[in-house]
Amino acid sequence: MGRRRFGIRLSLNARQALWAYVFLLVPMAFFLYIRIWPAFQAFDLSLREWNIVGEVRTYVGGANYERLAGDPRFARALLNTLRYTVVGVPAQIVLGLAIALLLERVTRYRGLLRAVYFLPYMTPIVAAAWVWQWLYSPNFGPLNGFLDAIGMPAQPFLDSPAQALYAVTAVVVWQNLGFVVVIFLAGLQSISRTYYEAARIDGAGARALFLHITLPLLNPSIVFAVVIGTIQYLQLFTQVVNLNFTDQGGPLDSTLTIVLYIYKVAFQRFQMGQAAAATVVLFAIILSVTLFQLKVLSRRIEY
Amino acid sequence: MSQRVRPELGMVLLYGVLVTGAMITVFPFAWMLLTSFKPFHEIFSLSFLPAEPTLENYAQVLLHTDYVRWYANSLIVASATTASVLFWDSLVGYTLAKLRFPGRNIIFVLILSTLMIPTEMLIIPWFVTSSELGWVDTYWGIAFPGIMTGFGVFLMRQFFQTLPDDLLDAGRIDGITEFGLFWRIALPLVRPALSALGIFTFLGNWNAYLWPLIVIQSKAMRTLPVGFALFSGEAGSEWNLIMAAASMAIVPVLAVFALFQRQIIEGVVLTGVKG
Repeated sequence: MGRRRFGIRLSLNARQALWAYVFLLVPMAFFLYIRIWPAFQAFDLSLREWNIVGEVRTYVGGANYERLAGDPRFARALLNTLRYTVVGVPAQIVLGLAIALLLERVTRYRGLLRAVYFLPYMTPIVAAAWVWQWLYSPNFGPLNGFLDAIGMPAQPFLDSPAQALYAVTAVVVWQNLGFVVVIFLAGLQSISRTYYEAARIDGAGARALFLHITLPLLNPSIVFAVVIGTIQYLQLFTQVVNLNFTDQGGPLDSTLTIVLYIYKVAFQRFQMGQAAAATVVLFAIILSVTLFQLKVLSRRIEY
Repeated sequence: MSQRVRPELGMVLLYGVLVTGAMITVFPFAWMLLTSFKPFHEIFSLSFLPAEPTLENYAQVLLHTDYVRWYANSLIVASATTASVLFWDSLVGYTLAKLRFPGRNIIFVLILSTLMIPTEMLIIPWFVTSSELGWVDTYWGIAFPGIMTGFGVFLMRQFFQTLPDDLLDAGRIDGITEFGLFWRIALPLVRPALSALGIFTFLGNWNAYLWPLIVIQSKAMRTLPVGFALFSGEAGSEWNLIMAAASMAIVPVLAVFALFQRQIIEGVVLTGVKG
């Protein structure tokens, strides 16, 4: 009896491992072949010249990267993407935090209000972008109708190189706001009331409570919202394409982003090597920005 | 302090700000819906309500474009992908959380590392592979990059880890197979995580744009976002038609939201806390 039990125990361990490998067979094939291997292929392709038609993929070393460095449109795409991020992320964090703080104070209709703010986040980006294209329309759009009604001059919005990028950013903020609000509401609810009560007994005012209790304890939520938001803005594509559909990238490339640049170079100009090089640059940017943010933002305050 | 003196005034102000914000948020939807009922000659008048409301725009979009086909395509791709993700991500998550075997950590780190790679970097190699294997312009071609996700594996692993090992050991003694343990005992216990993952996977695929835009070539294979974008480009300034098509594109999302509001909100929180 004892010997048999020992024997079964051993084979149980081995059997468990065998089952595990059976379970992981298809998934590992997927992750290696569809997710990891293509990343190396992108690196490889970025060192080659290939126009999609021929079979020949000549090794050209860093030529594609040099071409990128010398392309003013790529510089433009980089600069624009930076602008989107620097304007959009703080805007949605501040607005989201403000709305969450206000929502936390109300007792009636909180669920309904939260649902309304969340609605744009659920909406298909393509459909929302086309609605906004109409709202922004310079001649017949409701926004200019509104400006006219309050006695302000009409604005070109998406048709102006100076305004287009900010008009696009406003749509993205509108769309992301609900997500940020929900994250902050959850963060606020996890802060124990006792901290506030103790601080109030010590005579702390509303400002001090916010600065010394709410903000530090909300740090994990803020880090998350900043990191996720930044990654989203660095990968901006769908809104940009669909808001200026006839002039993708906006007037004078004023709304062009890195991903739209990659799409154009790869699937309109068929310079696959150069496009692959741009994806490698994007990967490097996203990786370093994310690691930097995680390090700096989460280190600052630790409790 | 000063707010304490006049609490009712503060409350009025609070609701005033929140309701104004909510109205601004909702305005694009209201405009879209109202324009979709206006005949063409009314759309540039800027009146909020349609003077002669009509269903003509909806009929036009449904009867004279491939809209219904695009809708069906999106449903097929999004449903199949969601089913696949739910099955595989939970199986892998369970295996990594609950089974002991050599190489477990390496495999986990490998899958986790895929989260760092932006999709854009993979798209060109995917396109090459799809062309070589004849996947371009097929449902499989649209769906294959998303049939499993590193994020889902991570999420499910977190949840399976909270299950007690004794439970599974008891099952093992009763002679249940390892797959049976996963399917009949562990899976029903993580239903909240499954519904959150399922809803977000469905919505993500329903709304996907970049990859479908690249891999789809024929009009008939377009998913809703691709079909809608290209149709709108062709429709030009017929905003009444575009708004009708947009209204219909939003319906399933609204339905999902109305039905699963709690799970969706919890899902966002879940991903926020766990991610």
